[in-house]
Parts: sequence; structure tokens; C-alpha cells
Amino acid sequence: MSAELSETDIDVGLYRVLGDDGRVDATRDPGVPKDVLLRAYREMRRLRVLDARMILLQRQGRVGFYGACTGQEATPIATGLVAREADWVFPALREQSVMLVRGFPLTQFVAQVFGNSGDVLKGRQMPSHQSGRSVNQVTWSSNIGPQIPQAVGAAMAMKAKKTGALAFGFMGDGATSQPDFHTAMLFAKRFAAPCVLVCQNNHWSISVPTARQTAARTIAVKGRAYGVPAVRVDGNDFLAVYKVLGDAARRAREGGGPTFVECLTYRIGAHSTSDDPTRYRSDAEVEAWKKKDPIDRLRRHLSVMGYIDDALEKAIDEEATAEVAQAVKAVEEMPALPRRSIFEDVYAEMPWNLREQAEALEKLPPAPSHG
Amino acid sequence: MATRVLRFREALREAMVEEMERDSRVFLMGEEVGHYQGAYKVSEGMLERFGDKRVIDTPIAESGFAGIGVGAAMVGLRPIIEFMTWNFSAVAFDQILNNAAKVRQMSGGQLTCPIVFRGPNASARQVGSQHSHAMEHFYATVPGVKVVAPAFPKDAKGLMKAAIRDDNPVLYMESETLYSVKGDVPDDLDVIPLGEAQIVRPGVDVTLVSYSRMTHVCVEAAAALEKEGISCEVLDLRSLRPLDEGALVASVKKTHRCVVVHEGWPYGGVGAEVADRVQRLAFDWLDAPILRVSSLDVPMPYNRTLEDLCMPQASRVIATVKKTVSRGRA
Repeated sequence: MSAELSETDIDVGLYRVLGDDGRVDATRDPGVPKDVLLRAYREMRRLRVLDARMILLQRQGRVGFYGACTGQEATPIATGLVAREADWVFPALREQSVMLVRGFPLTQFVAQVFGNSGDVLKGRQMPSHQSGRSVNQVTWSSNIGPQIPQAVGAAMAMKAKKTGALAFGFMGDGATSQPDFHTAMLFAKRFAAPCVLVCQNNHWSISVPTARQTAARTIAVKGRAYGVPAVRVDGNDFLAVYKVLGDAARRAREGGGPTFVECLTYRIGAHSTSDDPTRYRSDAEVEAWKKKDPIDRLRRHLSVMGYIDDALEKAIDEEATAEVAQAVKAVEEMPALPRRSIFEDVYAEMPWNLREQAEALEKLPPAPSHG
Repeated sequence: MATRVLRFREALREAMVEEMERDSRVFLMGEEVGHYQGAYKVSEGMLERFGDKRVIDTPIAESGFAGIGVGAAMVGLRPIIEFMTWNFSAVAFDQILNNAAKVRQMSGGQLTCPIVFRGPNASARQVGSQHSHAMEHFYATVPGVKVVAPAFPKDAKGLMKAAIRDDNPVLYMESETLYSVKGDVPDDLDVIPLGEAQIVRPGVDVTLVSYSRMTHVCVEAAAALEKEGISCEVLDLRSLRPLDEGALVASVKKTHRCVVVHEGWPYGGVGAEVADRVQRLAFDWLDAPILRVSSLDVPMPYNRTLEDLCMPQASRVIATVKKTVSRGRA
């Protein structure tokens, strides 16, 4: 391999399928069936509506925190559609929705944001850290990076158990600076782990732009040092992401080991509800990226293909809005968690010292209402 | 009952081999555990026996293979992760503190992390400040993990078997200076439950509370003190989390005095935890303040003489016991 980096290298250039006009590059058309495209569109729209509603709830003080995926929907939705039932997903902050695509109920997903008795995580994890054993998705590890070697470890376990399954491990651009990223890449290739490691490069690690994060020309080229094949793909191009992730998953299933995928995208909103991005980036930059919105691009493609019209678009939006509204209403009516639940699941069995603490806590008067 | 004399490292190895024979989900992973047979030969012969799919040599990346182990455990395997020393676990601390310890709780009990992290802990003699940490004090503060630190080959084997079968993450602290220590191990030994202390030497005047190598130092001190007419009960905790509060309190209620002996610094730590429980639960039985014998509150020096001064020695245990028995004796 030449030491020179060239735009024709797949880890330097940008793999695109969809033009801005919604037309497909004929030489690269992955031939995604109509039902998959429409499903992807519905999922992306629902996620957009869900995120907007959750941010609103946080602003109203009804939930504590939220980190939206707005502008980055193509990658998690494509992952959910590529993944098979036995595969595992180790997400970062903006891939929780993979589990919705894989059948996790929206109501339980929203209950996690409220952290009440409908939450399978029993009110223990922050919002945007959803997890569901029923769909093989673990909770994100907030410290940036630990989930990447875990994904590789899960993939090695899949291989040892000969299940034919694989693991998807996610990260943002900032996480590729972490030691955990590098050890994950090292182990993934060294042990030919069946995994797909995906970086959603959304240009900003909270307030740090990618250019100040790393001097590497792209994130994807970091795969070279570890011998991990890497692809840089337009993360707002659903067709391209779906194709690249599908190819990477097939490679893993066929014993070809790991693939590293850099999805170039943009975080339209704040890092989280604790962040104000107007302090570090320009409106012009955000507006320019809004023109490359992944949902709009897919919508244009669906129009070109004749798969959607205004009436169907309206119906999809109304359905998503109603579904989210119904989930929020159902969740807000759910009771709080019993205080004794604090002591559950710390260990496989409740040790005597926790049982003692639980009994002492039960005797305290009811907590004041915050409502 | 038939017994055999085994070295500490052999007892550990037998436990791992037996559990790997018993359960195909168990595997050993770490630096030089395979071809090199283990930095301290604990895993000698295991690669030949189980092959490189189950005895896995790793690149030098503790945070990496700790994370690999956590991920593998989350999806149903039961890894044993060897740190060449617990000092090196510092670079993998996040995987233990924020992941292994919390997976079950954060997932609402949906996911589990049955994993054993093991390796030599505390001083190994003349290896300087970065290789001499008593890491159990950090880890024992963390809910969600169990921490064990045996002193004898029998316990090494029985506790290792229990650790591997446990459905929680277990941090298993060995000692480089104990690997060659010999002891009787019953042929039919099965698991020794985690969380149970043992009296290794009964006595009536003072309870010496310890674990791992310092249990041997306490036994040495107790033998010397016996000649001076002071009868020490040596309580070997074996498990630090969960802590056998019942055995601790029962012993102190009998002897009315307590000295805690461990490696590692005096600020906080297992000794402070023991002192808190004893004063809280046996205050009316105490005839003297609870005293601690620990490493001195400095990073460990390399120089042998200076290192000896820093580490708890039998002489310091003896002097401390004399201080406590001089109070409140009828």
C-alpha cells in the first residue's frame, strides 16, 4: 500500500450512492427492495419525531436528560435492518434506536427516558442509554469507548460458540482517540472477530471539531495500522450506509473478520440537553448540513422511484406522531418504582448487608412528590 | 480424608483446570498465559491441555482484554482474565469499575457479567512503587463485585472454584510471594463459599484480622507472642467483599481486642472498614482501641531495607499487639 493517501482509497474518499437529486449512481445501485426503503423511511421519521418530543419533555422538566440522533438517523436505522436476530449491538450515544427497528416496544423505550416502573432498566441508567436483552442490545458505557472492546469480546464469544452471529460496536469520532478504540481494533483483527465497528463521525465531540480531535486525514484510515479493512461512507446516504454495513456484516458472517466503517454525518442538534452548540459553531454550518438531511435525501429517492407521494408521507408522519404521543401518555401514567428496587440486581443474589439497608429504607416516610 | 501437599500456584491451576473441564464456557485469557505458561507459571500446561481457543495469549493491552472479557461474559461465556499483576489493572480500571461491576444493575438484571479477574497483588519484593500496590483496597469499595484474597493453597483452590462458578464479577487477589507456599489440599475439595472467614489460630487475648500473605505474618507474630504469654486469635478473612462480619464480631467479643494487619496504605481501606464494623457492632466488648498495621503512607521504595521498613512485619505486629494488650487488662 502506498504511503500516500488518495481520494480513490475507500478509507479516504467518500462512498456515496444517492445523489442530492435523489437519483442513484447506477454503477453502485445496491438494489434495495421497496419494502426495505419504505420501512427505513418510516423508522427514520418516527425517530425524528421521537427525538423532538423527548427534547421537549426535557425542556418542560418532565425528564432529566436526552441526547438526540437528529441528522444521524441513517446509520442506526440501517444497522437495525441489516442485523439478524442473534446479532448483538453495543451502541454509543446515538444508536439506541437500533433496538426499536429490531422490535423493542416504543413504550418501554420511552419508559426508560422517564425511568419509572415501565422501564426494564428500573430507573438506573440515564436516558439515551437504552438497553434490551430481548433484542440483544446492551447499554452504552458513558465513559466513551469501553463498549468497543466489549463488542469485540462479544464477537469473539459468538465465534467461539459457533453461533454465526456478529456484534456491531459503535462510537463517535471523539472515541477514536481513546485507548479502547485502539485495543478494540487490535483484538478485532488479531482474533478475526466477527464484528462491524462503526464510527458515526458527526464532526463534533461536544465542542471539539474533528480537525482539533485528530491530525489523521480521515477516521477510517486509522484501520490501516491494525490491518482492519475500513470504508468511509456518506452517513447521510441511507442506501450507501445500508450497502456498506450489509457487506461488512456478510464479511463477518463468512469468517472474514472485522470491518471498520466511518459514517460521515452531522449532529444537527446539541450534543445533549446539557449543551448549547451556538457557543462553538456557526448557524451557517448547521444550515448547510440541514440541506444534506438523510431523511430528505431518502424521501427524494422514494419520490424518484415512485414509492411515495404527499399523501403517504403525510400518513407516515401522522402515524409516527400518534404513536409517540400514545407512548408518552401511557408511560406518564405508569407508577413510580418501588424503593426496594434500588437494592435489586447489584448482585445475582441480594447479600445480607443490602437486605438490611432495604429494610431500613422501607421504614422511612414516603419521599416528597416532585410532580 | 486424603490430602495432598500442593503449592499455592498448583492449587490455583487445579481449580481452573477442573472448572474448565466441567464447563466449556470457561476460558483463560491474559498476557503470556499460554506459550510462556504464565508469568508465574500458574497456567503451566493449560495451553497444551485446552488449546489456544480456551487459553488465550493476548497483546499487551489490559484495558483491551479486560473489555474483551466483559463483552464475552455479557453474551454468556465465563472468562478468567489474568492480570500479570493487579498493578496493571489500573489501566483497565474503567472496565471493572464502570462495566463489570454495573452491567447487572444498569441493565435492570437483564444482562450479567460472570467473570473472574485474577493475578498477583501487593508487594512482590523490590519491584518499586508502581509494582507493589495493594489494589484490593480500591476494589473492595465497589458494590457489584466480590473480592477474595486467600492465604493458603486449600483456600486458593476452593475459592477459585467458587469464583469461577459465581454469577457476579469476582476479583481474585493472589500474591507473588505466596505462589510457592505449600499446604494440604483435600482430594475431594469442592468450592469454599465466598464471604466466609476462618480462624487459623485460636486465641483469647487479641484478634489479629488479616488476609493473603499478611495472614502468614500474623501467624508468625502470634507464635512469638505466645512465648511471652499473649494468646492471639488469627482470623483470616479470605473474602474482603462480602466481608464475614459475623466471624469478625464473634472473635472480638471473645478477645476484646482487635488489630488489623494488611499491606497497602493506612488511609481508608479494608483495615478502616474492619475497624468501623468492630467499633459499631462490638463496642461494648472492646477493652482497647482497634489498631491497624499497614504499609507506611508512602509510595513503596525499591531499596530492600527501606522496603522492609515500609511493609508490615511480624515485629511491627508484635509491637502493636503489646500496645493493645497493655490496656484494660484485669
